[in-house]
Amino acid sequence: GGRRWRGGAGGRMAFRIGSGAAKCFSAGAEMRNEEALVAGAAAPARRTTTPYVTGSSVLGIKCSDGVVIAADTLASYGSMAKFRKISRLHEVSSTCVVGASGEYSDFQELKRTLDAVMMEQYCRDDGHHMTPSAIHQYLTRVMYGRRNKVDPLWNSVVLAGYHDNVATLGLVDLFGTNFESEVIATGYGLHMGLPLLRKAYREDLTVAEAKVIMEDILRVLFYRDARSTNSIQIAAVSASGVEISDIIELETKWDYQRFIVGARNADVSTW
Amino acid sequence: MFRNQYDTDITTYSPQGRVHQIEYAMEAVKQGSAVVGLRAKDYVVLATLKRSTSELASNQRKLFEIDSHVGVAISGLTADARVLTRFMRTECHNHKFVYETSMPVSHLVLTIADKCQVSTQRASKRPFGVGLLVAGYDATGAHLYQTCPSGNYFEYKAFAIGARSQSAKTYLERHFETFEELDLKDLCRHA
Repeated sequence: GGRRWRGGAGGRMAFRIGSGAAKCFSAGAEMRNEEALVAGAAAPARRTTTPYVTGSSVLGIKCSDGVVIAADTLASYGSMAKFRKISRLHEVSSTCVVGASGEYSDFQELKRTLDAVMMEQYCRDDGHHMTPSAIHQYLTRVMYGRRNKVDPLWNSVVLAGYHDNVATLGLVDLFGTNFESEVIATGYGLHMGLPLLRKAYREDLTVAEAKVIMEDILRVLFYRDARSTNSIQIAAVSASGVEISDIIELETKWDYQRFIVGARNADVSTW
Repeated sequence: MFRNQYDTDITTYSPQGRVHQIEYAMEAVKQGSAVVGLRAKDYVVLATLKRSTSELASNQRKLFEIDSHVGVAISGLTADARVLTRFMRTECHNHKFVYETSMPVSHLVLTIADKCQVSTQRASKRPFGVGLLVAGYDATGAHLYQTCPSGNYFEYKAFAIGARSQSAKTYLERHFETFEELDLKDLCRHA
């Protein structure tokens, strides 16, 4: 989170046709906005060009008896750790749980969309239950549809499910990229957490073991990701349903001698 | 059924609380040739009697594949049936695109029933003059449904619609309790 994306949609796009043309293009858009404000007319449609309140990594790992995903409970406002105890995990159905990184308001919108679909299913009351992979495909269609309107839901969503003894772990992102895998991570977790997840993954991994692994990896991410906290949540889906844990405070170690004593000479560093 | 002063419009109730136009639409279903459906635990079978207008003409098609897991047999106004089967195919196709799973049969039948109901409550429309027997297999097993111009739908273990379907229903009533465990060959024999 926190990266500034250059070149969003709308009148601010700078095409390299010729500097004159580019200036005309953006000037025209600004003039239209001003005109609209002066005229009191409805403002032109806006689009998401950058996220504001963001969640960092989400991690997921498949087990022999279920799936475990985890995320910290921080929503950052740029570099400020603004909302420190929010849940980035959401129970969609009794066999499926999702977690998202990226723009938190878009995640809230996704939660509403998914809950609406589940409510429709509940009202139909016909004995059919959407499988996690069906929910995954539905999410893909939603995200890709928004991407095609150049107005994305700025999230990377990790979906975990355990339905009829089949474990599902997949990702859908703001472009509509979607895939399933034994290990999944988003954000900084993709760079620092995924290698650790891959090392830890075994075919006969259990949910209990995976929960411990998640704590360790999120601790590493707390040490190294500047947009994370040590307050985390772990969700597990298994034959007994979805279980999203209470907030766990990770223990961290800061009393290294080098930290306490500090770097006395130029050639000593605390790295 | 005799004409009366309350049967001109779909939007008029009779004093007995009936909408005669809907019942007349159901008469159209009874004019079509017989269509029979039977259900076992793992199989559903549809059988139809094809009619032709003359010796020169080919037989009227009454069985339609909707998706790899659903098929229908029609009785009544064939043109209306064509519209409904096209609708069912696009619904199934769309469901597969969005959810990557086969559409549950009950959900599909519900959408047709709702579509049929719409045309029973608009002054500018007439009801669909076709009854369907929908046979499908999904995550909850084998299913047989009947839909009606009224917008009602029912699930059956065995049923028949169309001309002279009463004799078919009599046969089915006698034998339906044995259908559950039958294999496909025996089920077809009954059909």
